[in-house]
Amino acid sequence: MRILIVGGGTGGTIVANNLARRLAGEIRSRKVRITMLSASDRHMYQPGLLYVAFGQMMPDELYRKQKSLLEACIDFHVDPVEEFHLDQQNVKTVSGKTYGYDVLVIATGSRIVPKEIPGLAEGAETFYSEASAVKMFKALRAFEGGKIAIVVGVPHKCPIAPVELVFALDDYFKARGIRDKVQIKYHYPIGRIHTIENVAKWAKPAFEKMGIEYETLFNVKEVDVKKNVVISEEGTETSYDMLIAIPPHRGMEAIENNGLGQGGWIPTNRYQLTMDGYDDVYVLGDTTNLPVSKTGSAAHFQAEVVSENISSKIKIGEPVREYDGKVYCFIETGRDSATYAMFDYVNPPDLKEPNKPMHWFKTSYNKMYWASVRGLL
Amino acid sequence: MSELKTIDARNTFCPGPLMELITYMKQANVGDTLELLSTDEGSAGDVPEWINKVGHDLISNEKIDGVWHVKVRKAK
Repeated sequence: MRILIVGGGTGGTIVANNLARRLAGEIRSRKVRITMLSASDRHMYQPGLLYVAFGQMMPDELYRKQKSLLEACIDFHVDPVEEFHLDQQNVKTVSGKTYGYDVLVIATGSRIVPKEIPGLAEGAETFYSEASAVKMFKALRAFEGGKIAIVVGVPHKCPIAPVELVFALDDYFKARGIRDKVQIKYHYPIGRIHTIENVAKWAKPAFEKMGIEYETLFNVKEVDVKKNVVISEEGTETSYDMLIAIPPHRGMEAIENNGLGQGGWIPTNRYQLTMDGYDDVYVLGDTTNLPVSKTGSAAHFQAEVVSENISSKIKIGEPVREYDGKVYCFIETGRDSATYAMFDYVNPPDLKEPNKPMHWFKTSYNKMYWASVRGLL
Repeated sequence: MSELKTIDARNTFCPGPLMELITYMKQANVGDTLELLSTDEGSAGDVPEWINKVGHDLISNEKIDGVWHVKVRKAK
């Protein structure tokens, strides 16, 4: 039995390690072989990028060697997949090798596409890559006052990030003693300030207390970098001295190029996490087209379901679990407090008042992630 | 040729029905019709408001067995 995992992010890594333990006996007796193909020999803790943008983490803290995170029995190659031949049960990589499989797991993630919005890449700061997060920190540090506009592309990874960004900016400029010289205006694509109704209800009075202006139903159409103006699809405009964008995302090019899913998002069964039409192909994390948050947390919970079901199908011939839509998101509310949103397909989140212990938990989790991705938590 | 695509955003809290619709509208061609399925009561208000504000065509908006069915044609 050949299990091939394409993608070495949060979801793929947890699936690989979880399977390596569940199928240890089968691997020892050479009945099962696990192979992972990834685009990088490094693994990034992506939630750390927001801390980098505020000088609270250094970029080198975000990485570990991918090989060091994997169980020794996992055959790991830095060789991204270029072609998927699902009907022949094989993939072809950039190096020209062909890998056959009996079970395929696709966890290739997503990528930012700021260039889809004219002017955005040139005109906006962001924190969705190491280089842009460092650049944003330097821009914030040099900012002495004026109007900061926040805009949000669709779709985007980590839906809580826009809210965390607001709290972080408020705290950052307070700490520098120039909060009164900084005007912050938040723009959001739908008709309330966050897509989760309970988060919007909780954040609205907090925004008002911090003096955050906001405009809803604002989808960025283009950025006029000469005039420092953002123009929305809805016909409104906002001027800025500094623009910070949550960039729009797409799935990976190989997914689109092989016709696996429009936008790079693969049609996926929301409970079994199998690709529509292919019982031997599992999809998880950002790669799915599911109406579920694109976050490491969703990928983590999905990875547990995928690995448990692949394992049980090998051992007893049947899957044993369904994904219930579970997501758990920390919400940092500045430098020393946090809360969280936990929800699934049926139950909405019930937000608690931000507090210090939750922030300490998040700070701890920033380190615990490395145990989590090894499949130990 | 235009096509009807259904977006099943029932029983989801994040990213939510309107965010899903905006995602798929960006991928659609002018003239395509999309049908959004939603169990979020807020969709009855902000989805038509967004469609109207951006200038797409709202074809129908009805609640059937607790599910909102919103049909919209991409106009530009």
